[in-house]
Amino acid sequence: MTLYKGGIGQWAWIAHRVTGVAVLLFLFIHILDTALIILGPDWYNKVIAVYRWPIFGMLEIGLFAAVLYHALNGVRIILVDFWMASIQYHKQMFVVQMVLFTLVFLPVAWLMLGHVFP
Amino acid sequence: MSGSYGAHPRPVGGVELCAWLFMRISGVALLLLALGHLFIMHVLNSVHTIDYEFVAGRYAGTFWRGYDLTMLWLAMVHGVNGLRTLADDYLRPPVRGMAVKGLYAIGSLFLLLGTWVIIAFQPVSGRGLP
Repeated sequence: MTLYKGGIGQWAWIAHRVTGVAVLLFLFIHILDTALIILGPDWYNKVIAVYRWPIFGMLEIGLFAAVLYHALNGVRIILVDFWMASIQYHKQMFVVQMVLFTLVFLPVAWLMLGHVFP
Repeated sequence: MSGSYGAHPRPVGGVELCAWLFMRISGVALLLLALGHLFIMHVLNSVHTIDYEFVAGRYAGTFWRGYDLTMLWLAMVHGVNGLRTLADDYLRPPVRGMAVKGLYAIGSLFLLLGTWVIIAFQPVSGRGLP
């Protein structure tokens, strides 16, 4: 079983797992909705129209946040994996990661909100 | 702290080392592919502009089909292998084995469905199209 030793690393790692599972769940749904394209325009357009509801627009922004976090945190994991010395800076690396996350997320979320509430 | 940043040490060899390496290589590829996909489809475009006609135009050539197919395979194998890691951590035999088999079955089924749709899709003309 997994041991929880506490600290930023623990929360970063839990968030990596949660966002990973969430994105995989969405991938399953996304394969199903896109598969409707094979049945023709009536089916596909009807189902895609559901994604235009504001609630799904907000979830879409959440999906972007999940993918972005998982990607940036993954880069940090890879850096530590292939450059063990960097592990002593893992807290600083996490801060840099979250600054990058914020810098990318805020403008993108703003643009996506513009689609949700035109 | 173990040899890797996560809870698992880096495998020494065999299939597990291949899986470990795959997660990192596919992860970097997916960073570009998935974030690129999200940016194109949900920032430059949106679900308000995406419809049958949009997809038909996008799939008229092979480039986006290839892009989507690459992303689909990498994401599914990356995701299923990630969930297998979680099953290893949180489930005990015999539930773990059944869960992993079920995961492989469902993952393969969805992967085949997605692959078939991306390759086989041919836009219909006329009805529903302007």
